Amino acid sequence: MEYNLIAGSSPHIRSSESTPGIMRDVIIALLPAAAAAIYFFGIRALLVILVTVLSCVASEYAATRIMKKSTTVGDYTAAVTGLLLAFNLPPSIPFWIAAIGGVFAVVVVKQLFGGLGHNFVNPALAARAFLMASWPVAMTTWTQPRVDAVSMATPLGVDAVSSATPLAMLKSGGLSSLPLPDLSSLFFGNVAGCLGETSALALLLGAAYLIARRVITLEIPVAFIATVALMTWIFGGHSLFTGYPLYHILAGGLMLGAFFMATDYTTSPVTFKGKIIMGIGCGLITSIIRLYGGYPEGVSYSILLMNLAAPLIDRYTIPRSFGGEKSNA
Amino acid sequence: MLKALKAFKGGVSLPHHKHTEHCKTVEMGIPKKVAIPMLQHIGAPCSPLVKKGDRVKAGQKIGDSDAFVSSPVHSSVSGTVTDVRPMLYPGGFEVVCVEIESDGLQEIFEGIAPPVGLEKKELIRAIRDSGLVGLGGAGFPTSIKLSPPPDKNLDILVVNGAECEPFITSDFREMLENPGGIIEGIRAIMDLTGVKKAFIGIESNKHEAIGLFSRRLKDVPDIDVVSLRTRYPQGGEKQLIYAVTGRRVPAGKLPSDVGVLVQNINTASFIASFLKTGMPLIKKKVTVDGSAVRNSMNVEVLIGTPLRDVFEFCGGFKEEPGKIIMGGPMMGVAQFSLDNSVVKHTNALLAFGRKDAELQKESVCIRCGKCVNACPMELLPIYINACVNKGRFEETLKYDINNCIECGSCSYVCPAKRHLVQSIRYGKAELRKMASAKK
Ligand code: SF4
Ligand code: SF4
Repeated sequence: MEYNLIAGSSPHIRSSESTPGIMRDVIIALLPAAAAAIYFFGIRALLVILVTVLSCVASEYAATRIMKKSTTVGDYTAAVTGLLLAFNLPPSIPFWIAAIGGVFAVVVVKQLFGGLGHNFVNPALAARAFLMASWPVAMTTWTQPRVDAVSMATPLGVDAVSSATPLAMLKSGGLSSLPLPDLSSLFFGNVAGCLGETSALALLLGAAYLIARRVITLEIPVAFIATVALMTWIFGGHSLFTGYPLYHILAGGLMLGAFFMATDYTTSPVTFKGKIIMGIGCGLITSIIRLYGGYPEGVSYSILLMNLAAPLIDRYTIPRSFGGEKSNA
Repeated sequence: MLKALKAFKGGVSLPHHKHTEHCKTVEMGIPKKVAIPMLQHIGAPCSPLVKKGDRVKAGQKIGDSDAFVSSPVHSSVSGTVTDVRPMLYPGGFEVVCVEIESDGLQEIFEGIAPPVGLEKKELIRAIRDSGLVGLGGAGFPTSIKLSPPPDKNLDILVVNGAECEPFITSDFREMLENPGGIIEGIRAIMDLTGVKKAFIGIESNKHEAIGLFSRRLKDVPDIDVVSLRTRYPQGGEKQLIYAVTGRRVPAGKLPSDVGVLVQNINTASFIASFLKTGMPLIKKKVTVDGSAVRNSMNVEVLIGTPLRDVFEFCGGFKEEPGKIIMGGPMMGVAQFSLDNSVVKHTNALLAFGRKDAELQKESVCIRCGKCVNACPMELLPIYINACVNKGRFEETLKYDINNCIECGSCSYVCPAKRHLVQSIRYGKAELRKMASAKK
């Protein structure tokens, strides 16, 4: 009997990993932070998340249909973008602004540049920057966690009690009338800030999951956080070496940025050295903005800037191959 | 037992599927017909020494070549030559084959006698005439490796018992079934080459083999067992040498350039048996396994036996085979036809059902970097793939494309199921074409 044999070149087996599988892992890893956001900022946080995720997924579907590409909604990458975008918005953000952010992230930043794997900056962060430029007030109106019973009671309202983020307070050098939140509040997330960035604990849980599942490697986050720690320790105080690095690590979007945004596959280098450079670059820019810039927070701009440099970094960090004579960079 | 000195970077951990590790090797017996290809090695093909109608005996030389890099072939049966013609070869192209109908008597060729009282040079010549090639998979003529040019100073012999490919257990079985022969063969290689130190590298998951050789070699100071990390491709020549000796074989160079001689387990034991009997290479230990095979087992097969007969001997197929692989699933070659023959370097025959055989669809690269982390040669498969796909072959040289050992680790891990090593092979071939066009 003759059989119809499939030829094809080796390897004849493949691992069970897949793009949707990896994205599912990223979503799972973001769930603790989502839960923390809902716990601290109430049902409104959940609604913001739903709005951005829906807007991203719908944009992805529509864009791929219009551009006549096979739809890529099934790979969950749009959902991940939606989640990350929500995490980068203040809890009181008007829903329509959040929705525009999702459309911008997926249509303008991702699909117009060729879709998955081709965008050169992180879609969620680019959308955040875009919203920041367009609606600066809405984007910097902060809600005090838990105490804001109003937003709990009227989930659809946009009546946030103005507050200040810990970094903004730190930046104003204690001149602010509000007392700085203590470290444990920062660690657990009981502070004002963007939805997903407040709870270092929840983010670390998710990060540990990603590392255990080998979705991300440690080079970028470690280099990023270490650089911020070093810089803020040296230059963050009134004189050299009197800064408050732990505060800078736990406050603001550093944890979220270092583990979940700077490690974005498409927009970060793939070489070992490249990843270290990416991390250090992000750390330097973040510290400079935080310490000397006009904004209290610099994580997202630092990542966006380094995103632009990523292809170049890869090109100049081609490793020397095993037994190879020279590095070819 | 020693621990490996170094761990190569990258690599992948694979499912082992060593279902046949406890299957004692079974002799398959004499097939009705064999087809013996004139090319079963790296180098020049042989010219047939027999013609249609000739009677031949087992062990009789039926093909040879004057080329320096080549290896003679022998009849594996006694019987009558029924045809000499080009046939499909396991590599997927046509090669002249001598087809012999066996008479079932398995008469041994008269000229066969143990090579005794020979000088080293003559002994190496005798090993050449035995048709021995590296039995680990590549099929490079062993005699050439045993007589390196005088400017290469060999000081370490590494015997490759890593067997890092899933499913295959033919080396492992040989280690358990014939440890004495392997050690004798190692001794013979050391005598022939003047190498003073030998290591047997075995992956750490093969405890039985490590234990057995450690006991046997307890009082032998110049042969050591090295327990290797169980990680693919630990049996890759460069990775093995690095693990055992700490030496890196430079890109484009040979193990002999760093003073190392590598031999496979079954190659060593063949040398021992050849020295005792003078019988050339006419049979092979083969692991038969895979989801479509009824009885997974280790079989001793006469070279030239059609694959069809081997599978039938193993109870046939329990489901329709969609893919037949000669060798392991990572580096083996898919077979077009069950009429192909078992050749000298066949160490496994795997048959998979349709479902396991389907090609997975490629999707876009998500730049996850997993291929980079998996590459044992520390290359950037993602960028070589991108250059090849754009037809920018010259640019792949910047990424050291020719240093790729085609282990397939990158393709294995890629979540987008990209055909990375496949494109690298294509890129290498295009570069070769461009180079020869320039000449
Ligand atoms: S493993 Fe595949 S998806 Fe990941 S970087 Fe390499 S080629 Fe791209
Ligand atoms: S096939 Fe080549 S590029 Fe791919 S992992 Fe192996 S050595 Fe590296």
